[in-house]
Amino acid sequence: MSATPAVIVVDYGRGNLFSVCQAVARVGGAPALTADPAAVRQAERVILPGVGAFGDAMAGLASRGLDDGLREFARAGRPLLGVCLGMQLLLEESTEFGRHGGLGLIPGQVDRLPTPAPGGRDKIPNVGWCQLWPSPGGLPWSLSLFARVKPGDFAYFVHSYAVHPADARHRLAEIGFAGMPVAAAIAAEHIAGCQFHPEKSGEVGLAILDAFVNGTP
Amino acid sequence: MPAARVIARLDVKAPNLVKGIRLEGLRVMGDPRTFARRYYDQGADEILYVDIVASLYGRNSLLDLVRRTAEDVFVPMTVAGGIRSVEDVREALRSGADKVAINTAAVRDPELIRRVAEAFGSQCMVVDIQTKRTGPGQWEAYTDNGRERTGLDALEWAERAVALGAGELLITSVDREGTQRGMELDFLARVTRAVAVPVIACGGVGSPEHVRQAFADAAVDAVAVASILHYGKFSIGEIKAHLAAGEVAVRISA
Repeated sequence: MSATPAVIVVDYGRGNLFSVCQAVARVGGAPALTADPAAVRQAERVILPGVGAFGDAMAGLASRGLDDGLREFARAGRPLLGVCLGMQLLLEESTEFGRHGGLGLIPGQVDRLPTPAPGGRDKIPNVGWCQLWPSPGGLPWSLSLFARVKPGDFAYFVHSYAVHPADARHRLAEIGFAGMPVAAAIAAEHIAGCQFHPEKSGEVGLAILDAFVNGTP
Repeated sequence: MPAARVIARLDVKAPNLVKGIRLEGLRVMGDPRTFARRYYDQGADEILYVDIVASLYGRNSLLDLVRRTAEDVFVPMTVAGGIRSVEDVREALRSGADKVAINTAAVRDPELIRRVAEAFGSQCMVVDIQTKRTGPGQWEAYTDNGRERTGLDALEWAERAVALGAGELLITSVDREGTQRGMELDFLARVTRAVAVPVIACGGVGSPEHVRQAFADAAVDAVAVASILHYGKFSIGEIKAHLAAGEVAVRISA
């Protein structure tokens, strides 16, 4: 392994990649953008970012052969981090604007956030800083990318949909929204995802990226 | 429930951070990036860069500033001033901005709000409404840093902007801006009652108590603060400590 961990950031025309790369560099990684499935297959570590709609994003991946590239990369057991929509794409399917298949790397689906009470402070899209809490029955934070995150730390969210992993053990962190727990982070062995933007979540987000970039594969 | 946000507003006249009163009489404060980093360290929830000249040269220079700021500031950034098209928005987002705030171009062509929201999502489309009180219970929307009248009732314009796809409103009181005499709570409360999207209040903060009042009495989602930060009168940390003591839930940095 090289002294500066190489991190491939998947570029399929969706998302604020500039900020992701800046944050990766900040924690000591060497970010490189690619739209090439071969580069993804050979990568040491991959970040899958994304903003926008699920179906459109999957189409963007598929048109470049990146969907199969990512599946092959994941099968090889190397670290993969999905961010925001990139996290949702890790699951099997989403109900955003019809039913769309995802990468299917983590069992479960993606649905619209629970409907908040009118006039309350919870709104869709959920935009802003929310507190992270460990998910009951999920992986202990000490064994995860959240090793340096404390319960109640804040992260920055922008989303209208949320993931529902089929296996409770894959839930790593949650937020409270409309009186319900909503998944904020998931982890299944070497594959992880954050619904929030670690690259925009201050020192808490950088601690998570640091663990991903510098952790043992 | 998202935390109440305290936003550092930096008015830029390339290459300097400037501050005026009622958006006029500008004083040069220094390098905006240094100030942005300081506010990030103090716990700012967001950085709002406003190009107050809004020329083509100014915009390119501002986007360069956004790119350099993104190297060591890891909270959301909003860019305002001189954004006129979907292409301008794309460029801003590529430079590391998370949102754009549009005033003049949206007044001239309200459909721009819809086009931006459709292209990039409503969460990045902030409509910037500058207001002056024109009579009892009446406010008019202004453009060009409060110099040009629009003839639009500010509250009606706010509702229309949201209907067109604005994901957030930035409400600046030109009357109060830079005066440090407190926020325009009456109008802010009318806006938060009328729309279902987050409202950022701006203009008139002279103390942490003014910020608390905007959250507690006008139910805003965020307050943008400038003068008292730039002049070192209060830090973001001091403002947040006052909010937390006043039972406004805020993000406190570890």
